[in-house]
Parts: sequence; structure tokens; C-alpha cells
Amino acid sequence: MQTEVVLLQRLHLDLLLSQLQAAGYQTVGPVVRDQAIVYDRIQSTADLPMGIGDIQGKGSYRLRSRDDAALFGYVVGPQAWKKYLYPPRQLLMRAEQNSRGLQITAPDQEVPKYAMIGVRGCELKAIQIQDRVFLEGPYSDDFYRERREQIFILAVNCTEPGNTCFCVSMEAGPAAGPGYDLAITEMLETAEPCYLARAGSAKGAELLKHCNPSHAPATLLEKENALWTAAAAQMGRSLNPEQASAALKSGYESTHWKDVGERCLSCSNCTLVCPTCFCSGVQEVTDLAGTSSERWREWDSCFSLNFTLTAGRPIRQSPGARYRQWISHKLAFWQDQFDQSGCVGCGRCITWCPVGIDLTSEIEALNALQTKT
Amino acid sequence: MKPKLAVWKFASCDGCQLSLLDCEDELLMVAEALEIAHFPEASRAVVAGPYDISLVEGSITTPHDLERIEAIRAQSTWVISIGACATAGGIQALRNFQAVEDFMRMVYARPEYIQTLSQSTAISEHIKVDFELRGCPINKNQLLELINALLNRRKPHLPSESVCHECKLRGTVCVMVSQGIPCLGPVTHAGCGAICPAYQRGCYGCFGPSDSPHPAALSQAFKSLGVSEAELVRLYRGFNSNAPAFREESLQHE
Ligand code: SF4
Ligand code: SF4
Ligand code: SF4
Repeated sequence: MQTEVVLLQRLHLDLLLSQLQAAGYQTVGPVVRDQAIVYDRIQSTADLPMGIGDIQGKGSYRLRSRDDAALFGYVVGPQAWKKYLYPPRQLLMRAEQNSRGLQITAPDQEVPKYAMIGVRGCELKAIQIQDRVFLEGPYSDDFYRERREQIFILAVNCTEPGNTCFCVSMEAGPAAGPGYDLAITEMLETAEPCYLARAGSAKGAELLKHCNPSHAPATLLEKENALWTAAAAQMGRSLNPEQASAALKSGYESTHWKDVGERCLSCSNCTLVCPTCFCSGVQEVTDLAGTSSERWREWDSCFSLNFTLTAGRPIRQSPGARYRQWISHKLAFWQDQFDQSGCVGCGRCITWCPVGIDLTSEIEALNALQTKT
Repeated sequence: MKPKLAVWKFASCDGCQLSLLDCEDELLMVAEALEIAHFPEASRAVVAGPYDISLVEGSITTPHDLERIEAIRAQSTWVISIGACATAGGIQALRNFQAVEDFMRMVYARPEYIQTLSQSTAISEHIKVDFELRGCPINKNQLLELINALLNRRKPHLPSESVCHECKLRGTVCVMVSQGIPCLGPVTHAGCGAICPAYQRGCYGCFGPSDSPHPAALSQAFKSLGVSEAELVRLYRGFNSNAPAFREESLQHE
């Protein structure tokens, strides 16, 4: 495997995109839509958010224009890549009652082949966390697997973290860890950005070869390193995972949950934007005659009252109990369940909470209460 | 024998019952599965009760309504109230915040001929209701799902969580976070498919409060977006102004 660093220009990125398309990939990446950067189909680098950045804070997100031609000069937006691997609605099976009895059939759907362009370090780690959830253990999810096996990941190392980011605390960035096919760093040295690229898989190396790239000069590599160091020092937030886990495990009865419950809307935005949250509900959709039915899986959330419906009643009735469930699973019990944290520090739950509830501040507050008593 | 369906109207605009006629493609299937026994908006032919399913549209606003709704309950197996009027009192429940006599004097030359109640109220405040289908107007797919579930004796899939949930599943960018537009989505019952945010507007709360609404916390966030107290009152006083969670919150800002 090639670990050599090469230098690419924007035209090479276009070449990569057209090669991926020729190989049957649907290329998806960042685009500007409805005042935010979302992931959607892209054809060429002309579709990317050139010169667009963003300003994020608790419950707030605004696009801004940059004074350069960066294609990847933004911080992660409202959508996570999970929408491609684990779509919001998925048909699981069909059943039909006919003269031969009850026939059950698997949905006959083409498995999309995605090339994900612009996956950040935190996002790559989030995909790996979901891999663990969906693929490991005795029950793996074939729908996820089929999509996952086919994806191509072009990662972008992060050089400008946002105000709600804390990937360094969660060891998920700013540079992308292993698991990508290709990774690039955008260098804004000159008017036209250039890109340092590394292959992370045979597929990635093969693709790079076609670009006929030149070696990256040592001076640029040093600058890249300096950018990462600077990015790591610029994190808008931080969290100590061990301390958080301990505080949550001992703070189960804390009065703090009532306080959060007074602010939290139970709207479930935090879970739905989180790149690792994976809960779903399953519904049967019958026809009027009751002879055929479809089984659908849909994203659900631990903030829904009906999520814990047991014997006709929800178990976690208060908003505080539901928030406690979410943050405790994410930062404490995930560790017991999957040997890693359920958080990658992407900051989405902080930015996209309409009332700006910030899990890092909640941990701080919980800690403060515990040290006081 | 096919189950008999009846559609009843109280104080309302007819929009909800028209959703049934709006089913177009599915209407024939509905008519095959059910006997449409009483539906004046669609047919003059009326089959006498009792009825298996009674869809009730509109709110209770007159003494006569009170008698009619009792009679409907008595001859129906399932009573389902449909729409914001029937489930919360509707836009006409704005009268509940004022003295109805004042309105009568302003509108009618001879107010003494008018017989009306001081409040516009939901059907469930007067009789036992088996299911409430929300919305102003109701969503026809939800109506079909409900009829479908009843016919197949299963639980309907009609989520009661927030509109935010639908917004995110649809991939809409949150207008409150990205543009600072006040949006009732976080406290509003799902069901419309999060239409307004998809068109860059805040949710108007047409489906009434969600299953665990928390408008006080939302109002705080609205205030930091610069929404005045008077605007807060107006936000909660839409089609579902008399739904308890919205009513209480609007009173806080009066
Ligand atoms: S919990 Fe929040 S910061 Fe952590 S991964 Fe999920 S959305 Fe990102
Ligand atoms: S923490 Fe924020 S986003 Fe999450 S449910 Fe509560 S109010 Fe909604
Ligand atoms: S736009 Fe409104 S409904 Fe949609 S997520 Fe934001 S607050 Fe919720």
C-alpha cells in the first residue's frame, strides 16, 4: 500500500470524480442548500461550496463567505453520512397473502454505490462506530453491510475546526485516521488551493496513479503538520471522556437531570443529527384489504416518548430522564457495550439543538455538582 | 357485511372531510372496504345508524351541538375526531380568550337571535373519543392509515413526537438554527411531514402539541431570537390555541 504523499491540483480532483463516476459510483459530497452545507450528489468540483465557510455556536449556524477559494473550508453541517449507509426510511421486507399462503420476499432494491467526498476525521470515526453496531456481533445488518461494502471514502483532513468541535478530546481528528480510500488536505497557499493526498487502500492508490501526480515537497508537508497542530489547539470545546463516563455513572440520581429537563424540548434533533446514533423503529404498512404488507424501518430517537413504550406506557416519562438516557449511553454505557465512546466530538448536537443545550457544559455542570456534594 | 362509515360536521370549514374525497386514487378502495353510510358532503343518500366508524369534524360551539354529539356517540362503535377544530376547538376557539357577547354585538345586528356557547371546545371534552386525528387540515395519508389500521385491527402508525423528527428524516435544514426563524416544530405533533420548514418557514403548529411538549423552554429560545411577548401570544394562538399546552403558554405571555 502506498503511503507516499502526493500533490494534486483542483483539476486532479475533477479527474478523480469522473473516474469514480466511470467506475459506477454515485459521487456525493458537500453542497450549499437552504443556508447550510449538506451532503448531496455532486458532479464536479464546481458543485462544491467554494469560498464558503460557516460560524457555529450553541443552537446557531450561519454560512459566511471566506476570502479564499477553499472547496472544503467549512465545518461539518447538519447532515451526517449515515443517511447514505443507514437511510432514514428503509424497506425491510414484503409479505403477501395469496393462494399459496403467506409469501415473504426480500425487497428487490438496487444497492447504491456511493463515493463519499469530503469525509472528516470525526465522520470517518463515526462510520466505524456504526460499523461496529451494525456489522459485529451475532446479528449483523445486511442492508447496512451491502451499502458499506461498496463505498469509497475520500476523506478531508480538517484544518479549521468550528466553535462546537471537540474531536481532539474524542481522538477522532483533526486529521482523518485510517479507514479511508484517499485522504486530502486542502492547502490555501496560493490563490488556487492545492491538495496533499494520501492513499489508504489499494482502490485509492490505483485511482491516484491515474492522476499522474507529483511528489509533495517537504516544505508543504511541514506546513500541513503545522496546520494540524494549530487545528488541534483551536477546538471550540473539550471533554474528558473518562471523567464524563465516571460522572454519568455516579450521577444517575443527580438533581441536574431535572434542571436539564426544564430546558430540553425532547425534540430529538440531537439524536437525529448525531452521526453515531442508530436507533430505529419498525412498522408494518398493510393495504386496505389486509392481504399484503410492507415492513419499514425508520429512524427513531430515545427522546420520543413512545420509544420506550412498555406494556402500553413509556418508561422514561420526563424530558430529564430522556436526556440522561441519551448522554449516558453516548458517553458512558457505549463504552461498556462497544468498547469505545459513542461520541466523536463533531459538535452537531450542540449546534443543531434549537435551544442550544451543550453536552460538554452539561458534563461540566454535573461534575461541579458532584464535587460540591 | 362491510363496516359502516359516517362523517359528521360541527363548527368547521369542511376541509378535513374533504380530505377523504381528496383520496382520489384510494377512494374506490375505501368505498370497497367500507359502506359510506352518512357523508352529506359526498352523497345525499343516507343509511340509518348504527355506524361502525364515525369521523367527526368541527368543534362544539352551540347548545344544539351538545345534543348532536351525544346522539352520534350513542350510535357509533368508534368515534374519531378529525382536525384541529374537533381535537382542540379550532381557530374559532380564539373566542375563548374574549367575551363572546362582545363579538356577537360587533358582528350581528340582532345578537339576541344567536344561540352560542361561550367557548369553542374539542369533541373529547364532551364525549368519549376513540382516536384523535390531528391537523389543520388532516393529512389524507394519515386518514387512510387510520382507516386501514381500524379495518385490519392493528395499531395505526401515527407518530405523536415533534415535527423536528419529520424535518430531520426528510433532510430539511433547521430554519430556526440556520436562519433564526421562530419555529413551533419542537413542540408540535408530527403528521404534516414538516412542510413549512422545507419551504423556509417556521412551523405554525397546525397539528397541535406533540406528546410531550415543552413550550416554556421554546419560548425562551424565541425570546433570544428577538420575538416579543405579543408575538409569542400570536404564535401559540393559531388553529390550536385551545389545546392545553398552547393555551397555557400563550396565557403566560399575555
Ligand atoms: S454526541 Fe454530539 S458531538 Fe458527539 S458525535 Fe454525536 S452529535 Fe457529535
Ligand atoms: S438536547 Fe436539544 S436537540 Fe436534544 S432533545 Fe433536548 S432540546 Fe432537542
Ligand atoms: S425547522 Fe423547525 S421543525 Fe424543523 S428541526 Fe428546526 S425547529 Fe424542528
